[in-house]
Amino acid sequence: MNEFLQLLIVGISQGCIYGLMALGFVMIYKATEMINFAQGDMMMLGSFVAWTLIMDLGIPFWLGVPATLIIMASFGALVDILIVRRVIGQPQFAVIILTLGLGIIFRAAAGMIWGQVPLTIDSPISGSSSFYGIVIGNERLVIIAVTAVLIAILWAYFRYSKWGIAMKAASQNQLAAYYSGIPVRVIISAVWAVAAAISALAGILLAPITLIEPMNGLLGIKAFAAAVIGGFGSMPGAILGGLIVGIIEPFAAAYVPAVKGSLIYVVMLIVLALRPQGLFAQIHKKKL
Amino acid sequence: MRILFKTNYKQDLNLAKHGGHRFWYGLLILVLFAAPLILGGYYIGEATRILIYAMAGLGLMVLTGFTGQVSLGHAAFLAIGAYTNAWFLAQGFSSFVALPMAALLSMIGGLLVAIPAARMSGIYLAIATLAFAIIVEDFAGHLNSITGGNRGMMVDVPTLFGYQIWESWELYLFVLSILVVATLAVLNILRSPLGRAMIAVRDSEVSSQALGVNPMKIKVFAFTVSAAITGLAGAFLAHYMSFLTPQIFGILLSIQLLLMIVLGGLGTVHGVFFGAVLIGVLETGISIAKDTLPSSIGGLPGIEPFVFGVILISVIVFEPTGIYGRWIKIRSYMEFFPIYRRKSFKRQRTYLKTERLR
Amino acid sequence: MNLLEIENLSISFGGVKAVDDVSFVVEEGSVYAIIGPNGAGKSTIFNLLSRFYEPLSGQLNFAGNDLLELRAKDIARLGIARTFQNLELFEHASVLQNLLVGRHVHNSQSWWRQVLFTSSVIEAELEHRRKVEEVIDFLELAHYRNQMISGLPYGVRKKIELARALCIEPKLLLLDEPSSGLNPEETEEMGFWIEDIRRDLNMTVVLIEHDMSLVAEVSDRVLAIVDGKVVTEGDHTFVQSHPEVVSAYLGDVQ
Repeated sequence: MNEFLQLLIVGISQGCIYGLMALGFVMIYKATEMINFAQGDMMMLGSFVAWTLIMDLGIPFWLGVPATLIIMASFGALVDILIVRRVIGQPQFAVIILTLGLGIIFRAAAGMIWGQVPLTIDSPISGSSSFYGIVIGNERLVIIAVTAVLIAILWAYFRYSKWGIAMKAASQNQLAAYYSGIPVRVIISAVWAVAAAISALAGILLAPITLIEPMNGLLGIKAFAAAVIGGFGSMPGAILGGLIVGIIEPFAAAYVPAVKGSLIYVVMLIVLALRPQGLFAQIHKKKL
Repeated sequence: MRILFKTNYKQDLNLAKHGGHRFWYGLLILVLFAAPLILGGYYIGEATRILIYAMAGLGLMVLTGFTGQVSLGHAAFLAIGAYTNAWFLAQGFSSFVALPMAALLSMIGGLLVAIPAARMSGIYLAIATLAFAIIVEDFAGHLNSITGGNRGMMVDVPTLFGYQIWESWELYLFVLSILVVATLAVLNILRSPLGRAMIAVRDSEVSSQALGVNPMKIKVFAFTVSAAITGLAGAFLAHYMSFLTPQIFGILLSIQLLLMIVLGGLGTVHGVFFGAVLIGVLETGISIAKDTLPSSIGGLPGIEPFVFGVILISVIVFEPTGIYGRWIKIRSYMEFFPIYRRKSFKRQRTYLKTERLR
Repeated sequence: MNLLEIENLSISFGGVKAVDDVSFVVEEGSVYAIIGPNGAGKSTIFNLLSRFYEPLSGQLNFAGNDLLELRAKDIARLGIARTFQNLELFEHASVLQNLLVGRHVHNSQSWWRQVLFTSSVIEAELEHRRKVEEVIDFLELAHYRNQMISGLPYGVRKKIELARALCIEPKLLLLDEPSSGLNPEETEEMGFWIEDIRRDLNMTVVLIEHDMSLVAEVSDRVLAIVDGKVVTEGDHTFVQSHPEVVSAYLGDVQ
């Protein structure tokens, strides 16, 4: 029973990371109908930037984190303005290939700048807590707490803030939003910025429990599976999908190690086969 | 500028549309088959690699270029083909058994993906194929008895009629012959109703249905043909590599295949070959450049994928029709000089259906 | 004789009844027009006939076949062809290829024959080509035969979509706003073609149309729909003078 709880909490904390990244996917998808295959690599870049600020330049942790988020948000907006915007209206595979290419570049660039040797960030949160006989690293509890707070903030943002509502409007009908005076282009860049910042946060949260290396970018694929399981286009679905993926992983590793690498993808394929639109379907039929 | 006088509808059905075509393509095939007489072992090896890329690209082109189904997992079919071929050869079968089995098992793999995948659209399909490739790679790592697991597996040389193919030029000719046959088969499909139905499904699934095309059936067909051709390429890749590990067939290989056909020009058979040559030459070029450049640049880890990534993005942003598209433009510039207008190839404003703002 | 019978057809999207209890019959050899303001549910009726949407209730009968037992891909084979309001051409293919896809329902060659491109496939292809050329002559498209769709102007695309539908050799032709986006001359031309299609090719035509002069020119009967409901049916002068039709188009006259 204890082992079960232990695995569950590890899974939930891991799932929060995937959920955050999946949230980034979904936000960009809703706003632009584009899939950002470079999302995982943006997370990876975020953790490297945090490493540079905190470990290399010696900026205090609590200053380094918001600085990283701002840097990565500007980076996300720049990616949209300089590159991604040019392919809007082109067929979907063009966009898929474009973001795949971006991912390759980010990973290669990270390898060239920071090297292939794994790095670590000294986190102010360390140690572990024990309750009911299970022992959990504090950094895992922090992940869960931060994710919960972030979700609450995002929910309030999309519900009450002017910008959040504008983003929602733009994602539902760009032309209508444009005619109502919403600066759609700016909004889309803002969505990229927010998505990049959220991934960077995921990267910082992940840093204490794994090492920082360029290949972390490939974690984005798992987050992608999470987004698909949750149903692309649904923000609560993204978090739930992330949790499902996160929880499957430690249990598979503990009980059926042979399939630990592929189980989540098998689950994802089953979900897709049974419900091609994902668990939280948002079905949009093309207007004829 | 050439003006063709057509006197018979049959002329439009021929693969070579006029004497110039017949002459140049005939010469090309002749030169390719005669290449081992001129080129040394190293270059024949490089050429073999390009031919194998072309075969794999041809398979992917059938699915992505002509049917519009993006696959991010074609390395899986290469893996299935490669391991099947190697296993049957290891059991003492000849290539006459091993190669068809490689194609057949890939086809079955293709069917397995296609049946659920045919119901999915765009992104879901891309991610499903990606997942399939990860699962296949993972499996190859665990099936120790067949694939040798992560330790790897030696590949026996191909045998035909009890004759063992050791020389690199022999393998080259073998690959070339199969590639010519596969290309002809694809060209035949493209000029018959099936090929048109594939293009119809790619460009507008709804109206293809309204015209009586069954998109499910067409997609499954495209998946199967694509998997079979890619599986054959995998079988030859096994011979070219002569040692197989699951890591060869990772996601980067799938992306590279996609990159190849996009670079070459999506939706054209020419594009496959342009792309394969470009990627092949680029790989050789980068490895040569790495040796000659100062080690501060050439020695950087990841310079190779970086260059690939930059090229990929530039093509998508600046020339989405690929090299073949650019070639058509240059050719018509010369044909119509001095009256060529840039506007002739300007893309028409697409009539947006998703109410998205450009 | 009635070729098409629609009874009590209803469908709703998210609680809004887009088509509400619509019934009408189309006589064989006639031209039947459906009019109504934007969003009245006209195109939805076509999409229901094409089996893209599942109706909430109702009956769809075509020449003795229950359409509800069939799927979208089977409709063309029965002899129903259609065009689309927003044009659904195969953009990256030539005009000729687009028209040849229209012959798909007449193809009976097995896949392996096509891979080998046997002589029977060649025979069949030549036959398809001859049929397509007849349509090309009929609609005067010879000039565009080998051009890509993506480079063609709107009016020509519109014509090509009509041509592609004709290549099916259908019994019933559904035209979704054939004149929208066309200039007055092109619209007049379209009117002549619709007449020719009925007279020379013996097809029955159902069209959705806003241009009342075109409707008046070609149609035998007119159905007016507002908010998914049938307002009235009859010949065009009768329907046009119906008070509810007038108010739907011009707004309420107080």
